[in-house]
Amino acid sequence: MSDKKHAAYICAGCGLGERLDIAALEAVAKKEGKMQIVRTHPFLCSEEGVAMIRADIESEGVTHAAICACSRRAKTEAFNFPTTAIARGNLREGVIWVRPDTEEARETTQEMAEDYVRMACAEVKAMTQPAGNPNTGMNKTLLVVGGGISGMTAALEASKAGYKVVLVEKTGSLGGWAARLHRRVPTREPFKSPEDTGVADMLAAIEADPNIKVYLNATIAKTSGAPGRFKVDIAVESGPTVTEDIGAIVQATGFTLYDAGKLPHLGYGKSPHVVDQAGLEALARAANGGPIKRADGKEVKSVVFVQCAGQRDASGEHLPYCSGHCCNTSIKQAIYFKDANPDVDAVVLYTDLRTPGNGEDFYRAAQNRGVIFSKGVVSEVVPAGDGLSVKFHDLILDDRNAQIEADLVVLATGMVPNSGVNIDSLTAPQVEGQEAPAEGEVKPVSILNLTYRQGPDIPQFKWGFTDSHFICFPYETRRTAIYAAGPVRRPMDIAQAIEDATGAAMKAIQAMENAGLGRAAHPRSGDLSFPTARLEGCTQCKRCTVECPFGAIDEDEKRYPVFNESRCRRCGTCMGACPVRVISFENYSVNTVGAQIKAVNIPDEFENKPRILILACENDAYPALDMAALNRNCYSAYVRAIPVRCLGSVNTIWITDALNSGYDGVMLMGCKHGEDYQCHFVKGSELGRYRMSKVYDTLKGMNLEPERVLDLEVAITDLHTLPRKIDDYVAKIQQIGPSPFKGF
Amino acid sequence: MSELNQQMAARYKNNFLKEIEEQAEMGEWVKMCMQCGVCSGSCPTHFHPGWEHPPQEIFMMIRAGKREEVLTSPSMWMCTSCYNCYVRCPRKLPITHIMHGIAEYAYRLGLAPKMQPTLHLSQTFWNNCIKTGRVNEVRLTQSLYFKDGFMAGIKKGLEMKDVALGLIKAKRLNILEALGFGHKCKDVQGIHRMLAKARELEAKRKGAKAQAA
Repeated sequence: MSDKKHAAYICAGCGLGERLDIAALEAVAKKEGKMQIVRTHPFLCSEEGVAMIRADIESEGVTHAAICACSRRAKTEAFNFPTTAIARGNLREGVIWVRPDTEEARETTQEMAEDYVRMACAEVKAMTQPAGNPNTGMNKTLLVVGGGISGMTAALEASKAGYKVVLVEKTGSLGGWAARLHRRVPTREPFKSPEDTGVADMLAAIEADPNIKVYLNATIAKTSGAPGRFKVDIAVESGPTVTEDIGAIVQATGFTLYDAGKLPHLGYGKSPHVVDQAGLEALARAANGGPIKRADGKEVKSVVFVQCAGQRDASGEHLPYCSGHCCNTSIKQAIYFKDANPDVDAVVLYTDLRTPGNGEDFYRAAQNRGVIFSKGVVSEVVPAGDGLSVKFHDLILDDRNAQIEADLVVLATGMVPNSGVNIDSLTAPQVEGQEAPAEGEVKPVSILNLTYRQGPDIPQFKWGFTDSHFICFPYETRRTAIYAAGPVRRPMDIAQAIEDATGAAMKAIQAMENAGLGRAAHPRSGDLSFPTARLEGCTQCKRCTVECPFGAIDEDEKRYPVFNESRCRRCGTCMGACPVRVISFENYSVNTVGAQIKAVNIPDEFENKPRILILACENDAYPALDMAALNRNCYSAYVRAIPVRCLGSVNTIWITDALNSGYDGVMLMGCKHGEDYQCHFVKGSELGRYRMSKVYDTLKGMNLEPERVLDLEVAITDLHTLPRKIDDYVAKIQQIGPSPFKGF
Repeated sequence: MSELNQQMAARYKNNFLKEIEEQAEMGEWVKMCMQCGVCSGSCPTHFHPGWEHPPQEIFMMIRAGKREEVLTSPSMWMCTSCYNCYVRCPRKLPITHIMHGIAEYAYRLGLAPKMQPTLHLSQTFWNNCIKTGRVNEVRLTQSLYFKDGFMAGIKKGLEMKDVALGLIKAKRLNILEALGFGHKCKDVQGIHRMLAKARELEAKRKGAKAQAA
């Protein structure tokens, strides 16, 4: 203890000096905060102010500093002292900017500021400066699973950035679907004609690249370890299994075309002249620019493209989603016909023509060539004479009996992701009455064969696509340093897949570098703290291992948790889950938050000054509060906000402690969960909320009203509504009356 | 006229879209329609019961090969040339002009609806104005008033007599035009030669198009 030295620094700039009684804050830090050094500076984040702190660290031996100035999200570069534990008292965004500058507000505003000084002092005393994860892996080789356009792009991009790559492909050649195309949708001005796929160039580049090692006819037999030190067994067909040391993984396993055999009403299987888009590419490749011939050798004079075949299906029988690329693909294929022979009748039957990217120009180019686009829903394709008859409902003319004759029909079937085993279904209890898998149905084969306790593959989201934070971090899966790219993540075309793979490769490189430095990957990128458990107190309940959204915690033979620090994203969900509270981070623990809760001065019940605790997610809710402050959106002086890493890290003890010590209410602010989740830790806010639902039983036991705990979904954009919600809640708590626990 | 119709029908067989592209003024734009329906939604006469098929539908019918239905339709004749569709079309199709082009083609084939008011006005106006190069307003008004018979014409004339007298007083209407006097172009022969040349060029262009087909 003797080597610890605590200091508090109070800033008087940005109007703090005019609005607050700084001398009183100093006294609070000294007497109640028990800080050995307390200094005030008129402009703390200036060079001079920072130099003052640095001098104290160097000559006075300050190890812990409470900086009472602006929000912890502001001036992070100025207040960066790597060897010193820092807590920030938020006097600017947390107090003066959200309080009116009036005489009657002065007293409560000052009380608010004093509490934040107390909290910062209490927090810093409970912290230690993290030293970083010692259990690092230094390997910087990227494993790319899948040798299609996405995989090849990821490999080439990583190699260009100077990293070694191991590229594993299941089949005997690289190129994937793109290698089977005649041409691809144009990527350049004027977007009028199909262009070369570019696969040959990529193959040559990979062959010539000494950084890329390719395994063909190979699959991943086993993936163990953690970011920076994965050990991956690669099973090569008719050869020995090779083990590679890997730093990070890009899964670019792509898609399979939806089985057109499930569409007998559209003639597939009944006539050889009904093909899917891949089938048409094969015919076009065979024709090589000449007139396209059918399977029976007859030159095609009329062709009908059926869009959304087995896609966007509301009946639940086929794919419910749009695969995004098929409209452009059909346009491209219709142009194959028109370019070979302008007299071929090419008709595209669509319900909504969706041409992302620059597809609109391409669409016009096809119309200019005379491809006919008709809005209609195809009901049936039947063999008629030598060709086929397509029956459809013309949606513009509302003609239910419209019909076209064609030599060839092309079905635009959708993309089905190759995402391996759905690990959620492995753990889901068997529901009674649920159908067993049909006879002959192929059971999905694991792709990564991870040795993680949570299952062998990365988690899936909707319709079998791999999970990722759709809006903000599309490549991040729930397995650190494993990134999904290309159509395995969502349906997409070649251009999007290339972009995707490049992004994923860059993220994978970041993850390897962070792992090597013992730091967290996204979203707490650069965080040196990591969870540790006091195992002598552990009851082996396994909640932490089950709840960890990232599969970071395994169990040893005695069912104690084993942390894989480099897989960890530092959300603290394990800490929130632990019923005996043995899990903590050096700078974020049950104590650091608990001490802040206890530090707040609770006025007695006769003062009519309620105290409401806000536990706000640092990713969305806390920034929303900061931005509300920036806009000077005022709110009540009775709230005390503490940022938490995620709602998932909120341990129920904080809430019971707060209510026990006389707080009148607790507001929890976290991200949206569920289907369109916004949680930066994917499952954190959901798990946190589930845990909080149990708090109400505790409230009942304490004889408290359930309204004393409020769970609020907050997005970063709520800066204008949030202050009103806070005020409403304060009013409600005042209506209910003071907590009976005051003064105990 | 119906002979031309038979010729065209035979030449293009089932490809009505191609026929419109080659024969109707601005017909080459029809294929570029993307069926968004903005034209139909923008048309002020769409709420009028006479507009059987709005432009979007006409275009679709052309693509679907509904030759007879399109060419005999009164719909294109209902266009008031307000240019709302033209301005709003996201594909920049000159829809107003296309409507006129199709209407004119239908007229050429002799399939346009008989006694359709717009058609009647256009025809009367044209025949009137090419005579001297300027419109003979009295005769144009007469032929429009007496379109539905002698008694109806008298009735209409009486209804409008105050307006006519006012115009005469203000010297905006020369009553002598009824006898063939009144304003005309300085070089009437020149106008006639110009129109003849235009017809010749038009025929040449259409012939070339048909040849290319």
